[in-house]
Amino acid sequence: MATMEQLYFRRRIRNALALALSLIATVFGLFWLVWILWTALSNGLAAINGALFTQMTPPPGSDGGLLNAFFGSLVMSGLALLIGAPIGIAAGTYLAEYARKHVIGETIRFVNDILLSAPSIVLGLFVYTIVVRTMGHFSGLAGALALALIVIPVVVRTTDEMLQLVPSAMREAALSLGVPQWKMTLQVLYRAALPGIVTGILLALARISGETAPLLFTALNNQYWSTDLSQPLASVPVVIFQYAMSPYDSWHALAWAGAFMVTLFVLLLSLFSRAVLLRKRIAND
Amino acid sequence: MAIGSTTSAALKPVRTRHVDLAAIGARDALLDRLFKGAFATAAWLVLIVLIAVAVSMLWGGRQAFSTFGWSFLISSDWDAVQQKFGALVPIYGTLVTALIAMLIAVPVSFGIALFLTEVAPNWMRGPVAAAIELLAGIPSIIYGMWGLFVFVPFMAAYVIPFLNAHLGNLYILGPLFSGPPLGIGMLTAGIVLAIMVIPFISSVMRDVFLTVPSRLKESAYALGSTTWEVAWDVVLPYTRTAVIGGVFLGLGRALGETMAVTFVLGNAHQLTASLLMPGNSIAATLANEFTEADSELYRSSLIALAFLLFVVTFIVLAIAKWMLMRLAKKQGS
Repeated sequence: MATMEQLYFRRRIRNALALALSLIATVFGLFWLVWILWTALSNGLAAINGALFTQMTPPPGSDGGLLNAFFGSLVMSGLALLIGAPIGIAAGTYLAEYARKHVIGETIRFVNDILLSAPSIVLGLFVYTIVVRTMGHFSGLAGALALALIVIPVVVRTTDEMLQLVPSAMREAALSLGVPQWKMTLQVLYRAALPGIVTGILLALARISGETAPLLFTALNNQYWSTDLSQPLASVPVVIFQYAMSPYDSWHALAWAGAFMVTLFVLLLSLFSRAVLLRKRIAND
Repeated sequence: MAIGSTTSAALKPVRTRHVDLAAIGARDALLDRLFKGAFATAAWLVLIVLIAVAVSMLWGGRQAFSTFGWSFLISSDWDAVQQKFGALVPIYGTLVTALIAMLIAVPVSFGIALFLTEVAPNWMRGPVAAAIELLAGIPSIIYGMWGLFVFVPFMAAYVIPFLNAHLGNLYILGPLFSGPPLGIGMLTAGIVLAIMVIPFISSVMRDVFLTVPSRLKESAYALGSTTWEVAWDVVLPYTRTAVIGGVFLGLGRALGETMAVTFVLGNAHQLTASLLMPGNSIAATLANEFTEADSELYRSSLIALAFLLFVVTFIVLAIAKWMLMRLAKKQGS
């Protein structure tokens, strides 16, 4: 009898220990989140002022802002979405509607999931070898192309998943009324899956607005105001990288301000896209 | 008669607005083909991009591969003046930092997934999971800055002296943990990487834990199992391949992560046993040196490094995907 009680006691202790450790692991994960966000918040807020949005990136030692970097990031992200989102939606549609159980569809889905996690610096290097080398110089256009390569797999994945969630009855209803497939896709499926597809595009935007590695060898950087896409273009992440690695305090402050803006933008985007998806789920219930 | 005439009069305009069904059908058939063609082209583009990346890296690195041959993989030289390049130091740094990251991230992620599926009260699960996933959304450059300005001084002031004092004299493991308190180095990079991959691994683990049929878990509970026994003896065996898939997914991320590692690794081409010394990784070498590479051979060597990184992450991620698909198949059947 005593051994049974001992065994029971040991099992209870081990259980309590394991559950306590799982709680500690969760606290451990949240601890870093709070620490990192707090660092970005406190250092960033201290460095934010009006000049940030009205002045160009300064040489060391003098004051300035990040206007050209914000503009460059905006232009390159926008262009990357313009290139990447239609391709991603089209490819996702193919996977979900034309090749759902097909060998080619499965292969492309497999490859797409790998591209989704592929090292972004290699994608940047790829664009360097085919665009920058051919053109002979770094350019904002090459930067946008590198970012588009990151947008595509994200949009493909969400479009594919969201279209698969559309009930078959909708397709059958449309087709049985004699609606051709292209019209059914554009006017029934896309309308039903719209919140999900938009979420995918927002997630892609969140992903690329902080991406640094693919821009290093494509858009490079530009200290001055430039709207020429065939020339090197500044971007917030690359400026943060350059300024944070420098020995100057004024540059560090600007890097923190940029880091704060990027973090705020990305977190708001992900909260917003979550809300879009949640509304969709409620509407479906 | 009157009724009949009005009817035919009413029908007349319709008959004159003659609808050519055949033409519409032909137009729709054409559009169907066009749309299908466009969708298929976009999908093939994804496949072509992947192949093109691999081929262009191999092509760009051909000069390094042909000059150094297999010794490129095992040489620790990295000398831009004498034009001698070997990949051993970056490969070693990439593998060691990723290994440290996995040693920390896997148990922690398992704990988080366990907490979110079995332990936490229902109202807490959603918000905590969302908060952990926010970690995945923070751009890697922010991790890098935080690492350089906050975490590196913390490591130098507290953690490294502690490791030196308590672990530095161990028989075999001692050399791993002895070194100057620089703060930057492979251990710091590994810890930062661990924080970055925890959300990826834990969210995969949580998702696959949720696929375990409740009748399996309830049977175990009914036999008197504790929560831990259910998790370890029922949930984990049921989801084993998918859990390994999640771990490999995290590993793939850790191997290819660039910016965070670049900030805290120190960019030093040296091979040391100590985890507290600066090192280098493939991605960090590329980020630091590519725009400064001044000779064809130098640039080619860097592209060859990128090729190695791409191939290794491809294999790791392919294994991850394959393992995750096996659980999905089990669900389907």
